[in-house]
Amino acid sequence: MSASPPLVDEALPAQRSPGYWRGTLRRLARDPVALGAGTVVALLLLMAIFAPLIIPYDPYQSSMLHRLNPIGSPGHPLGTDELGRDLLSRLILGGRLSLFMGITPVVIAFVIGGAIGIFAGYAGGLANTLVMRTVDVFYAFPSVLLAVALSGTIGAGIKNALLSLTIVFIPQVIRVAESVTTQLRSSDFIDAARLSGASPFTIVRVQLLGNVLGPIFVFSTGLISVSMILAAGLSFLGLGVEPPSAEWGLMLNALRNAIYTRPWIAALPGVMIFITSISFNLLADSIRQAMEIKG
Amino acid sequence: MSSLSRDDIGGPAQPLLSVRGLARHFPLRGAVPGRAGSSVKAVDGIDFDIRKGETLGVVGESGCGKSTTARLLMQLEKQDRGELVFDAETVGSHALPLRRYRRQVQMVFQDSYSSLNPRMTIEDSIAFAPRVHGVARDEAVDRAHRLLMRVGLDPARFAGRFPHELSGGQRQRVNIARALALRPRLVVLDEAVSALDKSVEAQVLNLLLDLKEEFGLTYLFISHDLSVVRYLCDRVLVMYLGKVVEIGDTERIFSRPAHPYTRALLSSVPSMDPDARTLVAPLAGDPPNPVDPPSGCHFHPRCVHAEPVCATLRPTLHDIGAGDVACLMYEPGSTHSAAPAASPVRTPVSGSIAA
Repeated sequence: MSASPPLVDEALPAQRSPGYWRGTLRRLARDPVALGAGTVVALLLLMAIFAPLIIPYDPYQSSMLHRLNPIGSPGHPLGTDELGRDLLSRLILGGRLSLFMGITPVVIAFVIGGAIGIFAGYAGGLANTLVMRTVDVFYAFPSVLLAVALSGTIGAGIKNALLSLTIVFIPQVIRVAESVTTQLRSSDFIDAARLSGASPFTIVRVQLLGNVLGPIFVFSTGLISVSMILAAGLSFLGLGVEPPSAEWGLMLNALRNAIYTRPWIAALPGVMIFITSISFNLLADSIRQAMEIKG
Repeated sequence: MSSLSRDDIGGPAQPLLSVRGLARHFPLRGAVPGRAGSSVKAVDGIDFDIRKGETLGVVGESGCGKSTTARLLMQLEKQDRGELVFDAETVGSHALPLRRYRRQVQMVFQDSYSSLNPRMTIEDSIAFAPRVHGVARDEAVDRAHRLLMRVGLDPARFAGRFPHELSGGQRQRVNIARALALRPRLVVLDEAVSALDKSVEAQVLNLLLDLKEEFGLTYLFISHDLSVVRYLCDRVLVMYLGKVVEIGDTERIFSRPAHPYTRALLSSVPSMDPDARTLVAPLAGDPPNPVDPPSGCHFHPRCVHAEPVCATLRPTLHDIGAGDVACLMYEPGSTHSAAPAASPVRTPVSGSIAA
């Protein structure tokens, strides 16, 4: 009681604790799986960004003389495709479109679905019921079927494929965002914030967002691989990217006739899809683990 | 410092908070609204006053409506019926809008961990409410530091920490500091010390007593720990199944409990004296289902003094001197054999249960 406030000011400089995100990063850096998957993802992203600079050949230059060359052919380390185009160049350039098709719908769905889900979770009551029952309607369809049906309805092309994938993912993100928000909504610290007289918007922005964005982000990261596979599937069916563009799903489709003659060549785009999606998944899992606070 | 705050309106005799007919029924899923048994009567029409500067204890078994009462007082939950009158102004009316009421009434929760935002430093948690009310950031942080110091945590060491880096006792001190950040007049302590170790609990209780003196606070202290209530509280309110069964001075309640339920509750406290052990189980069975409470007096199925009239007549609070009690044995003309005739004078009922 007698201790007057100025006394503290002469004390040691405030010891800041390392902070939540720095702690998360440190835990992540100690996880070998996270490091491995993170490296692969980083390499893939770099590869996609700098694709035009690193491709050895023109990926659209076909040659009837060099069709379906095997892996290790002189000049074509990964062989050539059914039209004699350099497969390495096409795989590098195809990564661009594939990653773009994988990441873009998820980013849009993260923003829109996250906002709607947090709103529904925090508002509760009738608004929640309306939003969540609508989401249930989308859930009645398997996501592959929904993506194919939507794409088929609005027509082929990159834009439409992105749109239909976004529509497929928004309900999934809403559901996760709603459930983490609802869980936190009734926690004591949100009640305490309400007692301060803060507006719902302030409470969501200051108190809630930091706690829900993490789980929603991690879930969305996991969706990237699904999105890539679905995008590849749409392209495979001729509903996404159109030839002669290089995209892994489309390449898989084009090369499928070669599966008996040059199985390794035919499998290569699939291998790329597999590596990319599993890396994103492992990274998402590691981030989730690293974000768990031990009390 | 005067015990009355700068915001005082009605003077010392005016109750700080008057609770009038407060009720909250939680509808049951799938039940037909309006029919008997369609809702949980968590709080079923309660009346009491909290006097300025006192500590009012609230006791009762789990599920009796203590916490719902706290949430109703804090307006975290909307009542179905009844009103709160804070220093002569009705809460939620034009004279006292909710936002202004909340500056004057704060709460400390039982769970010290979940009541702090895990992603916020404790200084930010404490400074949040003042910032909401327009205090500049530097000033709010400064206030947070002073409060931290006041509750016994060195701001230089603790201000930048996160809740999970603190012990339970330290966290509850932070929660108390946060509750005081808006300079409230009434603080509701909902089992605020129940989760702490006994030694830490004693420290926090003494801190609460000091703070009450220093800031001129009024406490509503909800607890199931009767010895703590006896130590801390000026008056005690006993709840049973969503109703107030007895309210009175702590001294009187503990020395001469009037309601059979209060007596049973008090005799359930283990005695430190081996010769004074409770030999008969004070209360048999669980509390009845609040969905479908017993007719008449809610306590009659478990009461040793129950008579046929208790199943038909609902007792109301009657002044018995040094408090009120809701029991037909004290209600004049209730036809209970122990009840006084229809005259205002009544004597305490004889024969208390082994205590």
